[in-house]
Amino acid sequence: MSRKSLTASPGLATAGRSGISRLTVRDAIDGYLFIMPWILGFILFTAFPMGFSFLLTLMDWDLLGSQSWAGLSNYLQATSDPLVGVSLYNTGYFTVFSVPLRLAIALAGALLLNASVRGLSFFRTAFYLPTIVPAVASVILWMWIFNPSMGLLNMGMSALGLPKQDWLWDVGLSKPSLILMTLWTTGNVMIIFLAGLQAIPNHLYEAAKIDGAGGWSQFRHVTLPMLSPSILFNLVMGIIYSFQVFTSAFLMTKGGPLNSTLFTVLYLYQAAFERFQMGYGSAIAWLLFVIILVFTILQWKLADVWVYYEGGEK
Amino acid sequence: MTQANPLTPRARSSRLFWPRAARVARRVVLYATLLALSGLFLVPLFWMGTTSLKEQGQVFAVPPQWIPNPWLWENYPEATRRAPLWTWLSNTAFITVLSTIGNVLTASMVGFGFARIRFPGRDALFILLLSTMMLPSVVTLIPRFIMFREIGWNDTFYPLIVPNFFGGGAFNIFLVRQYYLTIPRDLDEAAKIDGCSNWGVWWRILAPVALPVLVAIGIFAFVAHWQDFMDPLIFLQTEKMKTLSLGLRAFVNPYDNSWHIAMAAGMWLVGPMVAIFFIGQRYFIKGIAMSGITGR
Repeated sequence: MSRKSLTASPGLATAGRSGISRLTVRDAIDGYLFIMPWILGFILFTAFPMGFSFLLTLMDWDLLGSQSWAGLSNYLQATSDPLVGVSLYNTGYFTVFSVPLRLAIALAGALLLNASVRGLSFFRTAFYLPTIVPAVASVILWMWIFNPSMGLLNMGMSALGLPKQDWLWDVGLSKPSLILMTLWTTGNVMIIFLAGLQAIPNHLYEAAKIDGAGGWSQFRHVTLPMLSPSILFNLVMGIIYSFQVFTSAFLMTKGGPLNSTLFTVLYLYQAAFERFQMGYGSAIAWLLFVIILVFTILQWKLADVWVYYEGGEK
Repeated sequence: MTQANPLTPRARSSRLFWPRAARVARRVVLYATLLALSGLFLVPLFWMGTTSLKEQGQVFAVPPQWIPNPWLWENYPEATRRAPLWTWLSNTAFITVLSTIGNVLTASMVGFGFARIRFPGRDALFILLLSTMMLPSVVTLIPRFIMFREIGWNDTFYPLIVPNFFGGGAFNIFLVRQYYLTIPRDLDEAAKIDGCSNWGVWWRILAPVALPVLVAIGIFAFVAHWQDFMDPLIFLQTEKMKTLSLGLRAFVNPYDNSWHIAMAAGMWLVGPMVAIFFIGQRYFIKGIAMSGITGR
C-alpha cells in the first residue's frame, strides 16, 4: 500500500494522528518527570536562593533578631569600602596572572604529551597527580614548602645561591606565592587541551608541510585555531574559578599580610560569617557575580573574533 | 655500475646523518623536559609522603633528607591521637558516598529526559541548564546557609547530601546527555516495541550502555565531595560532625613544628584520592577530555 493511499483515507489518518498525539502527550509528561529533579533543584537551590540573596542585599540582618530594610545602603557601602576595592584588586591581580600562566603551562604540558612519546601514561599521571590532592591537604603541604626558615623552597633558593624569601609572609610575594601554588594543579586544563590536540586531523599538518610551513608556522596556523574552542572553554571556566579564590588565602594567610591576599570571596565570608552582616555579604556577592558575568559575556563576544569552529557552526 | 649512482654509500649516509642526529637530539630534549616537569610536579607530593614518615629531627634536616630513616609509621596513629580522624573519615565517607549516588542517579535520569524525549520547552530548559554551569556558586552561599538554618538543618549532614539528589549538577547532566546521544536509537525503539516504557528504556537499556560516562561522573562527584571545604565550613560546627577537609584545618599552623604529624594527617585526605585515581584512571581521563567539548 502506498503512502498516498494511506493518507487519502480520512479514517485511518485521524486514528493515526490521535494515536500519535496521545503517545506524544504521554512522552511529554515522562519528559518532564525525567528532568523534574533538576527543575526542582534549580528552583530550590539556584533560583530561590538568588532571589533571596537579592532581597538580602536590601536588608540589614545579623541572623539574631535585628532585621531591617536598608534600601541601597549595602551597595553604597560596598562601593565606598576601601577593603572591597583592595579585595577586587587582589582578586583581579590573582586572575590576571594565574589564569594565563595556568593555561600556558597546561598547553605546554599537553603539547609535550602529544608529541607521540613513549610512556605517555606515566607522564600524564605525573602531570595530573597533584590535581587530585584535596585543597586542604595541599595547603598543609605548601605551608611547609613556603616556610621561611626551613621550607623546601628556601632550601632550593639557598642551593641556587639566591636569597631566602618570606613568601606568604611578604606583602609583595604573598599573591605570587599563592599563584605559584595554583600552577601545581593544572591537570584538568591539560587533559582538556590534550584531548583537543588529539582531535586535530593529521592531514591538516601534512597539507601545511606541503605548503612549506615549519614547526612554528604549523603551531600558529593549524594547532592554535583548531584548539581555540578548548582554549575558550578553559579560559572562561578558569576565570570564573579564579575570581572565587578562597580556601588557600582563608587557611594560609587569613588575608594578610596587610590585606595583600584579601580576596573578594574571603572578604565576603568575613562579612557574612564572622561579622554576621548577611546583607552586606550578599551585596558583595552580587557585585562579584556581576563582574564575573560581564567578563563571561565579554569573552563569548570576543570569541567570535578568535575562536575557530569547524564547519562554521557555533 | 657503481659510478652510475652519483652518491657513494658513505656520502649518502652522511647526508642522512644530520637530520637523524637532529631528530635524536630533539627526542632527547623532549624526554629531558618531560622528566624535569614530572619531577617538578611530583616532588611536593613525594615530599609530603616521606615527611609523614620521618622523625621530627629529620623534618628540619639541612640539606633535606629525602628518604626517611627510620620509617616512622608511628606518625599515623599519633595523628589519630591528636584529632578524631576516624570520626572525620567516616563522616566524609558517608557524605561523599551518598552525595555521589545522588549525583549519578539523578544526572543519568535528567540526562535521559534531555537526550531521548521530546517535550515542549526542552531546548530552552537545556540552555538554561547550560547557563547555570557558568553561575559562580558563591552567589548562593549566604542564602543557602540561611535557608538550611531556618529549617533546622544547621550542623547536620543534610545540606551537604540532599541537594545532590536534585539533578546531580549541570556539568554531569550535560556529559551524560552527550553520551546518550551517541547511542543508536534502534536500541530504544526495539525495547519500546517489546513494551518497555521510557523508564524501562532508561534503567534497563541506556543506563547500562552509558556505564563508562556514569563511572566518570561518579569519580568526579566523589573527588569533589571528598575534598569540598566551603560547604562543610559553613554548615558544620561541632567537632564530631566535621569532615576531614574541615577538621584538618587544625593542622594548618605555621607555629606548630610537628610537620611530620600534620603531613600524616593530610595523607588521610590524599590517600583515598590517589587510590581512586589509579583505580578509575581510564574513566577519569576520558571524562575530563569529554568535558572539554562543552566549549563547542
